[in-house]
This record gives sequence, C-alpha cells and structure tokens, in this order.
Amino acid sequence: MKYLCLIYDEEKKLGAMSKSESDAFMGEYYAFSDGIRKSGHYVAGEALQPIHTATTVRIRNGKMSTTDGPFAETKEQLGGFYLINARDLNDALQVAAKIPSARLGSVEVRPIMVFDQQ
Amino acid sequence: MSEDAADGVGVRETVEAVYRSDSRRVLATLIRLLGDFDLAEEALHDAFTAAVERWPRDGVPANPRAWLVSTGRFKAIDGMRRRARFDGSLAELARRLDADTGAPAAGEEESVEDDRLRLIFTCCHPALPPDAQIALTLREVCGLTTEEIARAFLTGPPTVAQRIVRAKAKIRDARIPYQVPSRTDLPDRLDAVLHVVYLVFNEGYSASSGESVTRHDLSGEAIRLGRLLSDLLPEPEAVGLLALMLLHESRRAARTSPVGELILLGDQDRSLWNRDLVAEGSVLVQRALSSRRFGPYTLQAAIAAVHAEAPAAATDWAQIVGLYDVLARADPSPVVELNRAAAVAMRDGPLAGLTLIDAILARGDLADYHLAHSARADLCRRLGRTAEARASYERALRLTRQEPERRFLERRVGELPD
Repeated sequence: MKYLCLIYDEEKKLGAMSKSESDAFMGEYYAFSDGIRKSGHYVAGEALQPIHTATTVRIRNGKMSTTDGPFAETKEQLGGFYLINARDLNDALQVAAKIPSARLGSVEVRPIMVFDQQ
Repeated sequence: MSEDAADGVGVRETVEAVYRSDSRRVLATLIRLLGDFDLAEEALHDAFTAAVERWPRDGVPANPRAWLVSTGRFKAIDGMRRRARFDGSLAELARRLDADTGAPAAGEEESVEDDRLRLIFTCCHPALPPDAQIALTLREVCGLTTEEIARAFLTGPPTVAQRIVRAKAKIRDARIPYQVPSRTDLPDRLDAVLHVVYLVFNEGYSASSGESVTRHDLSGEAIRLGRLLSDLLPEPEAVGLLALMLLHESRRAARTSPVGELILLGDQDRSLWNRDLVAEGSVLVQRALSSRRFGPYTLQAAIAAVHAEAPAAATDWAQIVGLYDVLARADPSPVVELNRAAAVAMRDGPLAGLTLIDAILARGDLADYHLAHSARADLCRRLGRTAEARASYERALRLTRQEPERRFLERRVGELPD
C-alpha cells in the first residue's frame, strides 16, 4: 500500500542553521533516501523550493485568480515529500519517523486513495 | 424426546452464557480471519444465531468457541460468495479467505489470547483520536452497546456511533494493522493502552460531570480490562495500573454517604473499605515494585496502598511525600505537584502545603482545575484565613461540573465562620 509522507519544516529554523549544520542535515536526508531505496519502501521523493516561490491558483465564477504564497500563514510549511510503499500504517510510521525533519518539524502520513478499476 | 422443551431452555441459557464469556474472544479471532471489523461483527451475530438454532437440535459442541469461530467464518465467506454475483472483487476476497485456513490447531489457545491483545492494541492505536480509542475499546473489547457508552460519557448515541464508524474507517483505509506491536514499540504502545484503561476507570471513579460521584459500571469495565491486560501481558506497569484501580475501588463504599454526598479520605469510615481488594492490590503493588521496571501507575498504586493499609488517623505521610517525590521525577505534572503539596501539608502543617500550592497556581498551570482551588481553600480554612478560604471555595464552585462536589463545597462555605 502506498503512503505519502508530507514533510513540514519551519523555514526560519532551517534558514538559521550554520553551513556545517545544514550540510549535516542534508547528509542525513541522503542517508535516509538511500536507506529506504535499499529497504524497498521508496517510490518517489522531492524537496520543494521555499514558500516564497509558491503561487496559489483558484477559479471562482469562471475567473482565474492568482495569488502569492499559500493560503494561510502557518508556522510550518510544506517542504517536501516522499511517496513510499509500506506493508501497513505501522510500517509507514516507522519510515516516517526516520525522516530527518520529523525531529525539527513534523511529517504527515496519508494513505493513497485507490480507485476501483471498473 | 419428552425432555426437548426443558433442554431447549437449558441450551438457550448455555448460548447466553457462552455469549457473555466468549463473544469478545470469538470477535477478536474473526477480525483477524476476516480482516474487517464490520464483517467480523456480522459474522459473530450470524454464528450466535446459528447456535440458537442448531445447538438445541445437535447438542452443544465440545468446543463452543471453535465452533462459533468456524461457523462465523463460513457464514461470512458464504455471504460474500452470494454477493459476489454482483461484485467481482468479492469473489476474489472470498477465495482468498477460504484458502486461508486460519489458526493452526496446535497452540490454538495461545493464538486466541493473542487475538484479544491484537484487538486491544488496534482499538488503542495512537493514530486514532483519544475519544475514539475509548469508545472503540468499550464497544469491541468490552462489548458495551453504543447506547451504554453514550450514557456513561453523557453524550448522545449518534456522537458515539460516529466516533466508532470513523475509527473503523481509518483502521480500514489507512490500514492500521491487526497486530501486537513489535518489541521496540511495545513500551510506548502499552502506555497508550494503559492510558485508555486509566481514563475509563477515572471517569467511573470520579465522574467529570453529572449527578453522582461515581459510575460503577465504567470502573468495573476498566478493572476487567486491567485484569485481562495483566494476565495477557504482565508488564510491571500493567500490573501497577490494576493495583491502582483495585485500591481506589476498595474505598468506593466509603466515598459517598447513603444520600450520595462526597466524603473525603480523612473522614471516611475505614471499616467500609473492601479488605479483599486492598489485599489483592497490595500484593500486586509489591510485585510491580520488585520488578524495578515500574513507572507512574505503580508509584500511584504504592501511594494508594500506604493509604489503604493505614489504621485510622495514622497515615505515614512522610512515606507518601517520599513516593510523590519519586513520582514527580518519573512523571512530572502539575497535578502530581498538587497532590504532593497536600501530602506535605499533612506532614509539615497547612502553611507548608499552602506555600507550595500558591507557587503552582502562580505559574497559572492549574488555574482552571477546581481541585487546586478547593485544596487551597481547605488549607486556608485550617489556618483561620477565612476570607481567602471563602474566595478559593467560590472559585472551585465556579469550576466544578459535578453535583455532589458542588454540594460538598457549598457545605464547606456554609461552615466558615463569619
């Protein structure tokens, strides 16, 4: 079963890291990604550009509106994701707990919806 | 054949007795075999319906529980096959379940007990919201009806039903596994289970709102769960929690007057304490303490045991303060500090206790906790600081939601000198 692990970080905290701290943090991410490739959990994963690059689009009354940034100001921002294959929720939570950002921010684990193929 | 009518009555009683003693075990195994709570509940119902029909005719089977499991499983697969004529995916599921022969005959007893633990750990999975964990545990593990759970928690049956439906949907859709946690996860997951049992007991022991001080049915269910857990998984804290509940329960008859008024520990008639429960609880405390792997529940039980074993007015307050010191380190919380302050007041006098309580309140931690204000009021009263006592009793009165507590506090305010 597939689960999406949504990674929420505090960009301020990440921005305040020294070069050596942030290198070490990235190193942990590389090691984590390698680990879940080897264990067979990995399906996909990407990091996102910071929130100031985000644009939100919506259509209302047939008209497109485009606004800067995400809808609400929150302390933690979506910073990346992993799509994983896991046996069940416990297995997925074990993987998610090893994502380095789980220590600094949080990781939301969502099962992927499977539609009936008729 | 003339005995048929009499036998029929006897068999019906047997079915009812088996339902009471074994329906939760059968359900726990059916959930494992069928992989779905709703299917398993339907199968359980069908199995008992079949028992009512067949046992009077064919006799009660040698192993009723195994008969119910295999009948329930067969009925579920059969039902799926019939529905499969309209839905192809069910045919595949039915084939898969049929090929899966389920529990091996050897070690069957062990596997049945494992199923009960699987059910408890699944109902108390931390991915479910806390109120859903409680509702689901009472429904599936204890077999309470939705109406009984709603009555116990003073909410409407639709609210409880919705919690249960949502929890089952999350178990299914997020694929929460039906398993006892791995050794590394066990301590944390057991904590979550014990917490649910503790909440159920507390709601029964000191109802958070409503007409009466206690709700005996909930405490009874919590103790049954506690016994089940400490039988199946005799970890020190599971044993400690059972001891704690038994020791509190031992004082039930002494905690309220015949007209339902609250009686505090110091004023209780100790001859009303249930000595059997005290003895059982004390033995369990010793067992948990001697493991040297105990935690907050065992420490609270040890404190309750000191109270329970004390002759009237000769409580060893120094020992109780010492245990609270250990508890405050193991599981720091403002409520533990408050209880420690009350014990210090008994050991060193009301002023020493009041200083500690005022320090806790000054931090704002327990500003809305009625027991903090009533404890403060009581110490002020004993110190002759009447105006302060009155203000604190009134603060506590505004915060309590329980009728007997309200009457108790009003009585205390009325007894203050002008």
